[in-house]
Amino acid sequence: MTKFKKALKLFITFFKIGAFTFGGGYAMIPLIQHEVTEKNKWITDDDILEIVAIAESTPGPIAINSATFVGYRVCGVLGSALATLGVVLPSFIIILAISFALAAFQELRAVKYAFMGIRAGVLALVSKALITMFKKCPKGWVSYAVILFAAIVGVFTDINAFIIIIISALFGLVTYSIINRGSQK
Amino acid sequence: MIFLELFWTFFKIGAFTFGGGYAMLPLIQEQVIVHNWLSEEAIVNFIAVSESTPGPFAINIATYVGSQVGIASYNQNLWFSVLGSFSATLGVVLPSFIIILLVAKFYQQFQNSHTVKGLMTGLKPAAIGLIASAVVSMATTVFAPVGFGFDIFKNLQFYISAAIFILCAFLAFLKRKKIPPVVVICISAVLGIATGYIFNL
Repeated sequence: MTKFKKALKLFITFFKIGAFTFGGGYAMIPLIQHEVTEKNKWITDDDILEIVAIAESTPGPIAINSATFVGYRVCGVLGSALATLGVVLPSFIIILAISFALAAFQELRAVKYAFMGIRAGVLALVSKALITMFKKCPKGWVSYAVILFAAIVGVFTDINAFIIIIISALFGLVTYSIINRGSQK
Repeated sequence: MIFLELFWTFFKIGAFTFGGGYAMLPLIQEQVIVHNWLSEEAIVNFIAVSESTPGPFAINIATYVGSQVGIASYNQNLWFSVLGSFSATLGVVLPSFIIILLVAKFYQQFQNSHTVKGLMTGLKPAAIGLIASAVVSMATTVFAPVGFGFDIFKNLQFYISAAIFILCAFLAFLKRKKIPPVVVICISAVLGIATGYIFNL
Protein backbone atom coordinates (compact mmCIF):
# COMPACT_ATOMS: atom_id res chain seq x y z
CA MET A 1 0.00 0.00 0.00
CA THR A 2 1.29 3.43 -0.80
CA LYS A 3 1.72 5.90 2.01
CA PHE A 4 -1.17 8.03 0.86
CA LYS A 5 -3.56 5.09 0.62
CA LYS A 6 -2.57 3.98 4.10
CA ALA A 7 -3.22 7.45 5.47
CA LEU A 8 -6.62 7.52 3.79
CA LYS A 9 -7.46 4.15 5.34
CA LEU A 10 -6.46 5.57 8.73
CA PHE A 11 -8.80 8.49 8.20
CA ILE A 12 -11.74 6.24 7.34
CA THR A 13 -11.05 3.88 10.24
CA PHE A 14 -10.85 6.65 12.82
CA PHE A 15 -13.86 8.39 11.33
CA LYS A 16 -15.83 5.19 12.00
CA ILE A 17 -14.43 4.98 15.53
CA GLY A 18 -15.40 8.60 16.18
CA ALA A 19 -18.89 8.11 14.77
CA PHE A 20 -19.77 4.98 16.70
CA THR A 21 -18.44 5.41 20.24
CA PHE A 22 -20.67 6.87 22.86
CA GLY A 23 -19.19 7.97 26.15
CA GLY A 24 -15.80 9.27 25.10
CA GLY A 25 -12.19 8.18 25.26
CA TYR A 26 -12.15 5.01 27.34
CA ALA A 27 -15.14 3.61 25.45
CA MET A 28 -13.05 3.99 22.30
CA ILE A 29 -10.15 1.77 23.38
CA PRO A 30 -11.79 -1.61 22.59
CA LEU A 31 -12.92 -0.30 19.21
CA ILE A 32 -9.47 1.05 18.39
CA GLN A 33 -8.00 -2.28 19.42
CA HIS A 34 -10.37 -4.18 17.14
CA GLU A 35 -9.86 -1.95 14.10
CA VAL A 36 -6.17 -1.30 14.47
CA THR A 37 -4.73 -4.60 15.70
CA GLU A 38 -7.19 -7.29 14.66
CA LYS A 39 -8.62 -5.98 11.41
CA ASN A 40 -5.83 -3.94 9.89
CA LYS A 41 -2.88 -5.40 11.81
CA TRP A 42 -1.20 -2.00 11.93
CA ILE A 43 0.20 -2.51 15.40
CA THR A 44 0.37 -5.26 18.05
CA ASP A 45 -1.66 -5.75 21.23
CA ASP A 46 1.30 -4.71 23.36
CA ASP A 47 1.43 -1.43 21.51
CA ILE A 48 -2.21 -0.78 22.38
CA LEU A 49 -1.44 -1.01 26.10
CA GLU A 50 1.47 1.32 25.52
CA ILE A 51 -0.81 3.78 23.77
CA VAL A 52 -3.30 3.78 26.64
CA ALA A 53 -0.48 4.40 29.12
CA ILE A 54 0.84 7.31 27.06
CA ALA A 55 -2.60 8.76 26.42
CA GLU A 56 -3.16 8.85 30.17
CA SER A 57 0.11 10.58 30.98
CA THR A 58 -0.07 13.31 28.35
CA PRO A 59 -2.53 16.18 28.29
CA GLY A 60 -5.69 16.14 26.21
CA PRO A 61 -8.53 13.78 25.46
CA ILE A 62 -7.70 10.04 25.28
CA ALA A 63 -9.40 9.76 21.87
CA ILE A 64 -7.18 12.41 20.28
CA ASN A 65 -4.03 11.10 21.93
CA SER A 66 -4.63 7.54 20.73
CA ALA A 67 -5.56 8.60 17.19
CA THR A 68 -2.45 10.78 16.87
CA PHE A 69 -0.19 8.06 18.28
CA VAL A 70 -1.57 5.22 16.15
CA GLY A 71 -1.49 7.43 13.06
CA TYR A 72 2.14 8.31 13.68
CA ARG A 73 3.16 4.67 14.21
CA VAL A 74 1.44 3.60 11.00
CA CYS A 75 2.60 6.33 8.65
CA GLY A 76 4.24 9.31 10.24
CA VAL A 77 2.98 12.86 10.57
CA LEU A 78 0.58 12.55 7.63
CA GLY A 79 -0.98 9.48 9.26
CA SER A 80 -1.34 11.18 12.62
CA ALA A 81 -2.98 14.23 11.05
CA LEU A 82 -5.50 12.18 9.10
CA ALA A 83 -6.30 9.81 11.99
CA THR A 84 -6.90 12.78 14.31
CA LEU A 85 -9.05 14.57 11.74
CA GLY A 86 -11.02 11.36 11.28
CA VAL A 87 -11.78 10.92 14.97
CA VAL A 88 -12.78 14.57 15.43
CA LEU A 89 -14.93 15.09 12.34
CA PRO A 90 -18.05 13.04 13.26
CA SER A 91 -18.44 14.82 16.63
CA PHE A 92 -17.83 18.16 15.01
CA ILE A 93 -20.49 17.67 12.34
CA ILE A 94 -23.08 16.13 14.66
CA ILE A 95 -22.73 18.72 17.43
CA LEU A 96 -22.76 21.61 14.99
CA ALA A 97 -26.03 20.32 13.54
CA ILE A 98 -27.52 19.69 16.98
CA SER A 99 -26.51 23.08 18.40
CA PHE A 100 -28.98 24.84 16.12
CA ALA A 101 -31.78 22.45 16.96
CA LEU A 102 -30.98 22.69 20.67
CA ALA A 103 -31.34 26.46 20.63
CA ALA A 104 -34.69 26.20 18.83
CA PHE A 105 -36.16 23.58 21.16
CA GLN A 106 -34.82 24.80 24.48
CA GLU A 107 -37.66 27.26 25.01
CA LEU A 108 -40.36 24.58 24.80
CA ARG A 109 -42.05 23.80 28.09
CA ALA A 110 -41.62 20.03 27.82
CA VAL A 111 -37.93 20.42 26.94
CA LYS A 112 -37.39 22.66 29.96
CA TYR A 113 -38.96 20.04 32.21
CA ALA A 114 -36.92 17.30 30.54
CA PHE A 115 -33.68 19.18 31.20
CA MET A 116 -34.67 19.82 34.81
CA GLY A 117 -34.80 16.04 35.27
CA ILE A 118 -31.73 15.46 33.10
CA ARG A 119 -29.55 17.80 35.17
CA ALA A 120 -30.24 15.69 38.25
CA GLY A 121 -29.44 12.55 36.21
CA VAL A 122 -26.19 14.04 34.87
CA LEU A 123 -25.12 14.92 38.40
CA ALA A 124 -25.51 11.24 39.30
CA LEU A 125 -23.48 10.16 36.24
CA VAL A 126 -20.62 12.57 36.92
CA SER A 127 -20.57 11.57 40.61
CA LYS A 128 -20.26 7.96 39.51
CA ALA A 129 -17.39 8.86 37.12
CA LEU A 130 -15.67 10.70 39.97
CA ILE A 131 -15.84 7.67 42.26
CA THR A 132 -14.57 5.35 39.51
CA MET A 133 -11.59 7.64 38.95
CA PHE A 134 -10.91 7.79 42.68
CA LYS A 135 -10.83 3.99 42.89
CA LYS A 136 -8.31 3.79 40.03
CA CYS A 137 -6.03 6.48 41.47
CA PRO A 138 -2.79 5.35 43.19
CA LYS A 139 -3.28 5.18 46.95
CA GLY A 140 -1.08 6.91 49.50
CA TRP A 141 -0.84 10.15 51.43
CA VAL A 142 0.51 12.17 48.49
CA SER A 143 -2.58 11.34 46.41
CA TYR A 144 -5.00 12.03 49.25
CA ALA A 145 -3.28 15.31 50.12
CA VAL A 146 -3.43 16.53 46.51
CA ILE A 147 -7.07 15.46 46.09
CA LEU A 148 -8.05 17.35 49.25
CA PHE A 149 -5.99 20.38 48.27
CA ALA A 150 -7.46 20.58 44.75
CA ALA A 151 -11.04 19.99 45.93
CA ILE A 152 -10.93 22.49 48.81
CA VAL A 153 -9.17 25.22 46.84
CA GLY A 154 -11.49 24.55 43.87
CA VAL A 155 -14.67 24.83 45.95
CA PHE A 156 -13.81 27.64 48.35
CA THR A 157 -11.55 30.00 46.43
CA ASP A 158 -11.46 31.73 43.06
CA ILE A 159 -7.95 30.47 42.35
CA ASN A 160 -7.59 29.44 38.74
CA ALA A 161 -7.73 25.69 38.02
CA PHE A 162 -4.58 26.00 35.86
CA ILE A 163 -2.66 27.20 38.93
CA ILE A 164 -4.03 24.35 41.06
CA ILE A 165 -2.85 21.88 38.40
CA ILE A 166 0.65 23.41 38.20
CA ILE A 167 1.07 23.41 42.00
CA SER A 168 -0.12 19.78 42.20
CA ALA A 169 2.27 18.67 39.46
CA LEU A 170 5.23 20.36 41.15
CA PHE A 171 4.24 18.91 44.53
CA GLY A 172 4.07 15.46 42.91
CA LEU A 173 7.49 15.94 41.33
CA VAL A 174 9.09 17.05 44.60
CA THR A 175 7.61 14.27 46.75
CA TYR A 176 8.40 11.67 44.06
CA SER A 177 12.05 12.75 43.93
CA ILE A 178 12.35 12.72 47.75
CA ILE A 179 10.70 9.30 48.13
CA ASN A 180 12.72 7.74 45.28
CA ARG A 181 16.03 9.37 46.16
CA GLY A 182 17.38 6.13 47.60
CA SER A 183 16.54 4.02 44.57
CA GLN A 184 18.24 6.29 42.05
CA LYS A 185 21.93 6.77 41.70
CA MET B 1 -11.04 38.89 18.35
CA ILE B 2 -13.54 36.33 19.53
CA PHE B 3 -12.26 33.45 17.38
CA LEU B 4 -8.72 33.89 18.57
CA GLU B 5 -9.98 34.01 22.15
CA LEU B 6 -11.95 30.78 21.63
CA PHE B 7 -8.89 29.12 20.12
CA TRP B 8 -6.53 30.23 22.88
CA THR B 9 -8.90 29.39 25.75
CA PHE B 10 -9.52 25.88 24.44
CA PHE B 11 -5.82 25.45 23.66
CA LYS B 12 -5.05 26.09 27.35
CA ILE B 13 -7.85 23.74 28.42
CA GLY B 14 -6.49 21.02 26.12
CA ALA B 15 -2.95 21.50 27.38
CA PHE B 16 -3.91 21.28 31.06
CA THR B 17 -6.30 18.32 31.04
CA PHE B 18 -4.79 15.07 32.22
CA GLY B 19 -6.80 11.86 32.23
CA GLY B 20 -9.89 10.96 30.30
CA GLY B 21 -13.59 11.22 30.93
CA TYR B 22 -14.60 14.31 32.83
CA ALA B 23 -11.10 15.55 33.68
CA MET B 24 -11.78 18.48 31.37
CA LEU B 25 -15.04 19.46 33.04
CA PRO B 26 -13.68 21.68 35.85
CA LEU B 27 -11.52 23.68 33.40
CA ILE B 28 -14.40 24.09 30.94
CA GLN B 29 -16.75 25.13 33.73
CA GLU B 30 -14.35 27.76 35.00
CA GLN B 31 -13.25 29.22 31.67
CA VAL B 32 -16.64 29.20 29.96
CA ILE B 33 -18.29 30.93 32.91
CA VAL B 34 -15.46 33.45 33.36
CA HIS B 35 -15.84 34.43 29.69
CA ASN B 36 -19.61 34.53 30.04
CA TRP B 37 -19.99 32.15 27.11
CA LEU B 38 -22.51 29.73 28.64
CA SER B 39 -24.33 29.43 31.96
CA GLU B 40 -23.54 26.64 34.41
CA GLU B 41 -27.00 25.26 33.69
CA ALA B 42 -26.32 25.14 29.94
CA ILE B 43 -23.07 23.25 30.57
CA VAL B 44 -24.84 20.60 32.65
CA ASN B 45 -27.56 20.32 29.98
CA PHE B 46 -24.88 19.85 27.37
CA ILE B 47 -23.19 17.01 29.28
CA ALA B 48 -26.40 15.06 28.71
CA VAL B 49 -26.35 15.88 24.99
CA SER B 50 -22.69 14.81 24.79
CA GLU B 51 -23.43 11.51 26.55
CA SER B 52 -26.19 10.82 24.04
CA THR B 53 -24.15 11.61 20.92
CA PRO B 54 -21.00 9.87 19.68
CA GLY B 55 -17.52 11.23 20.21
CA PRO B 56 -15.39 12.45 23.09
CA PHE B 57 -16.77 15.02 25.53
CA ALA B 58 -13.85 17.38 24.87
CA ILE B 59 -14.58 17.71 21.16
CA ASN B 60 -18.33 17.88 21.67
CA ILE B 61 -18.21 20.69 24.22
CA ALA B 62 -15.58 22.67 22.27
CA THR B 63 -17.69 22.47 19.11
CA TYR B 64 -20.83 23.47 21.02
CA VAL B 65 -19.33 26.42 22.89
CA GLY B 66 -17.69 27.62 19.67
CA SER B 67 -20.91 27.51 17.71
CA GLN B 68 -22.91 29.28 20.43
CA VAL B 69 -20.32 32.02 20.87
CA GLY B 70 -19.79 32.45 17.14
CA ILE B 71 -23.47 32.80 16.35
CA ALA B 72 -24.13 35.14 19.28
CA SER B 73 -21.25 37.44 18.36
CA TYR B 74 -22.15 37.99 14.73
CA ASN B 75 -25.86 38.56 14.24
CA GLN B 76 -26.97 34.95 14.08
CA ASN B 77 -24.84 34.28 11.03
CA LEU B 78 -24.47 30.51 10.54
CA TRP B 79 -20.99 30.72 9.03
CA PHE B 80 -19.66 32.45 12.11
CA SER B 81 -21.00 29.65 14.21
CA VAL B 82 -19.06 27.15 12.06
CA LEU B 83 -15.95 29.33 12.38
CA GLY B 84 -16.42 29.51 16.16
CA SER B 85 -16.71 25.73 16.41
CA PHE B 86 -13.66 25.30 14.24
CA SER B 87 -11.54 27.67 16.36
CA ALA B 88 -12.48 26.05 19.66
CA THR B 89 -12.10 22.47 18.39
CA LEU B 90 -8.76 23.15 16.74
CA GLY B 91 -7.62 24.73 20.01
CA VAL B 92 -8.58 21.77 22.15
CA VAL B 93 -7.01 19.22 19.75
CA LEU B 94 -3.72 20.95 18.94
CA PRO B 95 -1.85 20.56 22.29
CA SER B 96 -2.51 16.79 22.35
CA PHE B 97 -1.51 16.46 18.73
CA ILE B 98 1.80 18.27 19.14
CA ILE B 99 2.72 16.58 22.42
CA ILE B 100 1.90 13.07 21.18
CA LEU B 101 4.02 13.61 18.06
CA LEU B 102 6.95 14.54 20.31
CA VAL B 103 6.33 11.62 22.66
CA ALA B 104 6.07 9.18 19.74
CA LYS B 105 9.48 10.34 18.56
CA PHE B 106 11.16 10.18 21.97
CA TYR B 107 9.19 7.27 23.36
CA GLN B 108 11.95 5.55 25.36
CA GLN B 109 13.10 8.70 27.12
CA PHE B 110 9.51 9.63 27.92
CA GLN B 111 8.60 6.23 29.31
CA ASN B 112 11.62 6.06 31.64
CA SER B 113 11.60 9.68 32.69
CA HIS B 114 11.47 10.24 36.44
CA THR B 115 10.29 13.79 35.86
CA VAL B 116 7.21 12.55 33.97
CA LYS B 117 6.45 9.97 36.68
CA GLY B 118 6.88 12.59 39.38
CA LEU B 119 4.61 15.11 37.66
CA MET B 120 1.99 12.39 37.13
CA THR B 121 1.88 11.54 40.86
CA GLY B 122 0.57 15.08 41.36
CA LEU B 123 -1.52 15.43 38.20
CA LYS B 124 -3.73 12.35 38.61
CA PRO B 125 -5.07 13.22 42.06
CA ALA B 126 -5.37 16.91 41.09
CA ALA B 127 -7.78 15.91 38.32
CA ILE B 128 -9.88 14.02 40.86
CA GLY B 129 -9.96 16.87 43.37
CA LEU B 130 -10.94 19.34 40.65
CA ILE B 131 -13.73 17.09 39.37
CA ALA B 132 -14.99 16.85 42.94
CA SER B 133 -15.18 20.65 43.06
CA ALA B 134 -16.95 20.62 39.68
CA VAL B 135 -19.51 18.19 41.12
CA VAL B 136 -20.11 20.53 44.06
CA SER B 137 -20.78 23.46 41.77
CA MET B 138 -23.04 21.29 39.56
CA ALA B 139 -24.96 20.18 42.64
CA THR B 140 -25.58 23.84 43.53
CA THR B 141 -27.04 24.44 40.06
CA VAL B 142 -29.23 21.36 40.27
CA PHE B 143 -30.57 21.70 43.81
CA ALA B 144 -30.47 25.42 44.47
CA PRO B 145 -30.52 27.37 41.18
CA VAL B 146 -31.28 30.62 43.01
CA GLY B 147 -28.79 30.06 45.82
CA PHE B 148 -28.74 28.15 49.10
CA GLY B 149 -30.93 29.33 51.90
CA PHE B 150 -33.68 28.18 54.21
CA ASP B 151 -36.37 28.62 51.57
CA ILE B 152 -34.96 25.94 49.24
CA PHE B 153 -36.83 23.46 51.45
CA LYS B 154 -40.07 25.19 50.51
CA ASN B 155 -39.24 24.78 46.85
CA LEU B 156 -40.94 21.81 45.17
CA GLN B 157 -38.30 21.65 42.44
CA PHE B 158 -35.68 20.89 45.09
CA TYR B 159 -37.51 17.74 46.21
CA ILE B 160 -38.15 16.59 42.65
CA SER B 161 -34.50 17.06 41.66
CA ALA B 162 -33.37 15.27 44.81
CA ALA B 163 -35.67 12.32 44.11
CA ILE B 164 -34.51 12.03 40.49
CA PHE B 165 -30.88 12.32 41.58
CA ILE B 166 -31.24 9.54 44.16
CA LEU B 167 -32.94 7.22 41.69
CA CYS B 168 -30.35 7.89 38.95
CA ALA B 169 -27.46 7.49 41.38
CA PHE B 170 -28.94 4.15 42.42
CA LEU B 171 -29.17 3.08 38.75
CA ALA B 172 -25.68 4.35 37.91
CA PHE B 173 -24.08 2.57 40.86
CA LEU B 174 -25.81 -0.79 40.30
CA LYS B 175 -23.09 -3.43 40.42
CA ARG B 176 -24.86 -6.39 38.83
CA LYS B 177 -26.19 -4.73 35.72
CA LYS B 178 -24.38 -1.98 33.88
CA ILE B 179 -26.89 0.61 32.75
CA PRO B 180 -25.65 2.81 29.88
CA PRO B 181 -25.57 6.56 30.64
CA VAL B 182 -27.98 7.26 27.76
CA VAL B 183 -30.62 5.14 29.52
CA VAL B 184 -30.13 7.04 32.79
CA ILE B 185 -30.53 10.31 30.87
CA CYS B 186 -33.73 9.11 29.15
CA ILE B 187 -35.24 8.01 32.47
CA SER B 188 -34.40 11.33 34.12
CA ALA B 189 -35.87 13.24 31.15
CA VAL B 190 -39.15 11.31 31.33
CA LEU B 191 -39.36 11.87 35.08
CA GLY B 192 -38.63 15.57 34.60
CA ILE B 193 -41.40 15.97 32.02
CA ALA B 194 -43.91 13.94 34.06
CA THR B 195 -43.33 15.76 37.35
CA GLY B 196 -43.12 19.11 35.58
CA TYR B 197 -46.59 18.76 34.10
CA ILE B 198 -48.14 17.05 37.15
CA PHE B 199 -47.01 19.78 39.57
CA ASN B 200 -47.26 22.53 36.98
CA LEU B 201 -43.82 23.94 37.89
